[in-house]
Amino acid sequence: MDNMTLIAVASIVTAGLTIALGSIGPALGEGRAVATALSSLAQQPDAATTITRTLFVGLAMIESIAIYCFVVSMILIFANPFWNHVIAQATTK
Amino acid sequence: MRLSPDEMIFWQHGFLKLNATIVFTWGLMLVLAVGSKLITRKLSTGLERSRWQNLLEIVVTGIEKQIEDVGLRHPEKYIGFLGTLFLFVALGSLCTVIPGYEPPTGSLSTTAALALSVFVAVPLFGIEDQGMGGYLKSYVEPTFIMLPFNVISELSRTLALAVRLFGNMMSGVMIIGILLTITPFIFPIVMTVLGLLTGMVQAYIFSILAAVYIAAATRTRKPKPEPAPKT
Repeated sequence: MDNMTLIAVASIVTAGLTIALGSIGPALGEGRAVATALSSLAQQPDAATTITRTLFVGLAMIESIAIYCFVVSMILIFANPFWNHVIAQATTK
Repeated sequence: MRLSPDEMIFWQHGFLKLNATIVFTWGLMLVLAVGSKLITRKLSTGLERSRWQNLLEIVVTGIEKQIEDVGLRHPEKYIGFLGTLFLFVALGSLCTVIPGYEPPTGSLSTTAALALSVFVAVPLFGIEDQGMGGYLKSYVEPTFIMLPFNVISELSRTLALAVRLFGNMMSGVMIIGILLTITPFIFPIVMTVLGLLTGMVQAYIFSILAAVYIAAATRTRKPKPEPAPKT
């Protein structure tokens, strides 16, 4: 396999694996967070606004992990420096 | 496939570029500033008020209440900064309904600038409230060994703010772009609605997190013991 093929295969496979594996953890974490928030809402309905606001903040922090994985896979597909370098080499040859 | 509105260039002269991010940012600033100026020209304090003034009052009192709920005791000191953050990001995401518009927060430059302004504002508010010594002492708060970890957590919080907002906005735009090349008109509209929802939630999250960081920097550490009243 020459350089171009190797870089292409590695980028594509890694991009797919990154977003696939990277969404498992945050999804599980968010499920647990919402479940706990719902049960505490059932226990104390008059703290509803505080619980809801804290839930949203917590969900955003958990979601950021999935967003980091998404950004990495987008970079691998669309703004890949190694791929650009290899393409530049191939076109100047 | 465009990764950010930085790549739509309207005009170029040497190394000065007028790209879509700058144009849309200034457009948003114009709308916010001129709109507010026009609405607040004739403020009425009675029960008869124009509906635009009503809208502004709802927005301002809502943000004040949220800031107070987070734990900042004098929300009028902070509402200028936090309210502007929320309104800029929220309006930037709302205007996605206008065709040909892309939110300027879809570019890492804009979100990095917003995160940097929060990074600078937190020590400023902390020093204003606690004094220089009191604020710096908060870095060695539990023990002295925590000093590097506190500093690292400041930096990583800023980075997380920037990447979170950028990732959410960019993913919304990108999903719509990809879907437009695959399916016809209905499904991209559903994704645009989802993008609107996440845009508003992310605007709220950004400003609430900034408020929480400022509250952490300005809360009183140990209450000073009251001198016993002389009977």
